[in-house]
Amino acid sequence: MHIFIAKRLLVAIPTLLLVSVFVFFLQKLLPGDPILALAGEERDPVVLAELRERYGFNDPLPVQYVRWVAAAATGDLGISLRTGQPVLELIGQKLPVTIQLAVMALGIAFLLGVPAGIYAAVRQRRLGDHAVNFLALAALSVPNFWLGIMLILLVSVNLQWLPASGYVSPWENLALSLKTMIMPAVVLGTGLSATLLRHTRSSMMGVLKSDYIRTARAKGLSGQAVVLGHAFRNAVLPVITLTALLFGELLAGAVLTEQIFTIPGFGKLIVDAVFTRDYAVVQGVVLCTAAGFILLNLVADVLYVLLNPRLRSQL
Amino acid sequence: MTWKTLATTALAGCLFAFAGQAADLRIALQDDPDMLDPAQSRSFVGRIVYASLCDKLVDINENVEFVPMLATDWSTSDDGLKLVMNLREGVTFHDGEPMNAEAVVYTITRNMTLAESRRKSELASVDKVEATGPLQVTFTLKKPDASLVAQLSDRAGMIVSPKAAEAAGANFGANPVCAGPFKFVERIAQDRIVLEKFADYWDAGNFHIDRVTFTPIPDSTVRLANLRSGDVQLVDRIAATDAATVQGDASLGYAEAVGLGSMGMYVNIGNGDNAQKPMGQSKALRQAFSMAIDREAINQVVFSGTALAGNQPWPPTSPWYNKDIPVQPRDIEKAKALVKEAGVDRIAVTLKHHNNPVVTQTMQMIQAMVAEAGFDVSLISTEFATLLNNQSTGDYEMTRSDWSGRPDPDGNVHQFYHSKGGLNDMKYANPEVDALLDGARASSDPAERKAKYDAFAAIVTDELPIITFGHQKFLYGFTATLTGFEAYPDAMIRLKGVKLDN
Repeated sequence: MHIFIAKRLLVAIPTLLLVSVFVFFLQKLLPGDPILALAGEERDPVVLAELRERYGFNDPLPVQYVRWVAAAATGDLGISLRTGQPVLELIGQKLPVTIQLAVMALGIAFLLGVPAGIYAAVRQRRLGDHAVNFLALAALSVPNFWLGIMLILLVSVNLQWLPASGYVSPWENLALSLKTMIMPAVVLGTGLSATLLRHTRSSMMGVLKSDYIRTARAKGLSGQAVVLGHAFRNAVLPVITLTALLFGELLAGAVLTEQIFTIPGFGKLIVDAVFTRDYAVVQGVVLCTAAGFILLNLVADVLYVLLNPRLRSQL
Repeated sequence: MTWKTLATTALAGCLFAFAGQAADLRIALQDDPDMLDPAQSRSFVGRIVYASLCDKLVDINENVEFVPMLATDWSTSDDGLKLVMNLREGVTFHDGEPMNAEAVVYTITRNMTLAESRRKSELASVDKVEATGPLQVTFTLKKPDASLVAQLSDRAGMIVSPKAAEAAGANFGANPVCAGPFKFVERIAQDRIVLEKFADYWDAGNFHIDRVTFTPIPDSTVRLANLRSGDVQLVDRIAATDAATVQGDASLGYAEAVGLGSMGMYVNIGNGDNAQKPMGQSKALRQAFSMAIDREAINQVVFSGTALAGNQPWPPTSPWYNKDIPVQPRDIEKAKALVKEAGVDRIAVTLKHHNNPVVTQTMQMIQAMVAEAGFDVSLISTEFATLLNNQSTGDYEMTRSDWSGRPDPDGNVHQFYHSKGGLNDMKYANPEVDALLDGARASSDPAERKAKYDAFAAIVTDELPIITFGHQKFLYGFTATLTGFEAYPDAMIRLKGVKLDN
């Protein structure tokens, strides 16, 4: 097991280097000049030239790249052109916020999607299945921004139950933190639950047809024991991979939800950085996201092995 | 205890409203400000925070007249080369350091010399600044500059604590120390900026708010929802389409002020190869384009009647507006005739604009209006950084562009219309205009300046390097328990006299 993990971590290094090359050179292809974008309404050619020199934008691209990677290897991701804050500090501020949002959203998605998926598989092609599928389609089709604004209007403006937006750290005030995060988590989780439901359903349907399930039933095991004890354990594997991938996607992909609920998260950080051509932030965030993705996939693989003893021999 | 009981208890716990403090004001801003260092800051929204954080030498009143702030009075020498300012006594910075002539000299010098400073062009006319008394500073100018007092009523004139600025250097924005009514507490990027009342402020008696939190909420619908749910008490720039909602809600207050800026379209007249296109070459075509626009219709449809139709760099309500050239109603026949005169039937025009919904809607209306006169406009919507780059490198035929406005007329025209202007992306060059703008800048006689700006307006509304079509109002919504709030033409949120009852 340790060797397996070590091997996977070693493979991650060239992957990250590749990502760094991509992010660095691709964003230089973006039209727009970071210094000009930052200058806004105050454009003084002399000052702009000075700033360009100061931030090293006049050097050849390979030189800029090597300088950035070398610094990044020592943990220095540079400074945000827009706010002057170190990129690592910005990531440190935003990442926990988005992780909290992602965990809560996935929790909701899992609680809704997986049981519904099992139910639909067991009741396949009957009324219950159709009803669940209809709901899933509806959940997938509702755009996040619409659902978000509707929830704010209903829950915050009319009922005045929850704050409309903002963010409070759970370490500061757990109850208030959950209170501010529950609506965005529901918005994000609704769509995800439909995805999870569909995967759980199809995976369960495949497993329920297999011989060992028929055997289990023939042995006279109760329906619940067969479905949860035998079928679900096998069917859940692809769902876990999917969850890990969804989690990775959520890190940078919760932008719309973050925007509507004004959550100062990772997605908003990268979108703002792209719009202001804040290169250092874009690079830093993408690199961190890539690293996060690799790590999550590793975790998923390890979970696979733990859940499915047959895979252990292949290590 | 079952999970149901647990969940119910948790939910009930969540439902207890989180009551704010009595004088704890939360303000929703449209964007997240950039660096909070007056020397380095660029964003418009940042200035709204400074209005509470950093006092300036000079302020403006609701009629855009300059009034004392840290400077109690000032005078310009007859030759216009010296500006003497007397400073307020007994003012201290948030770190307890005294605000005096030395601090002013330090700040102005910092603004002029710090490598990262964005204030250099604003203070370009200043040769040197000296302390000519413990509470008196003298600016010596390279050439007369009537707009200098206006520059000192903005970021260039925000005085910072020399001790703090010296220690922090370019990183001053992380913990700004100024002499405003509120002092900096903390900032979490994209989340909040918190200020608290500065007890030793020179005018502390007129400030009744204990703590101000600025929260950026970019979406206008969400900003308004936050106001209606009571999460914020004051909203910066509500959408024009929401103005009626706010006015019709008894639990909310509403305020508005005509801005100092303008909405217009740039025509590439001399910036690279694209200037060779018909619009850049033919004044008649530009006039036809302008005539084909129904300015009032745009105001009614896009801005729900809250904007002002316009044709000059300043709004018709401004004292600098040339009343002899009023906004003309749409004249489609004359526009068609002008197009014919130019010897063409139909003209293809490419126009680039920022991809926000209000701008897009405006441009689609204009596209339809000018089509009747013979212009086939292709709209290219792009995000802001690209638009800026296209504009400055001349990669455009026409673009849609706004200016937020400055209190002195010079700040609204010199950099755009002067052949050496930093924002003259049209590369418009007219020696007569240059002379008028330089002359108006050098003169301290308001009547003489007005005459020059009138002559200037007559030329540019004829040549139309920028087709101005309107002026936005700044609209605010606030909770009815907030009293004493007034909207200003410069869109700064001034908390003097503002009270909040819960």
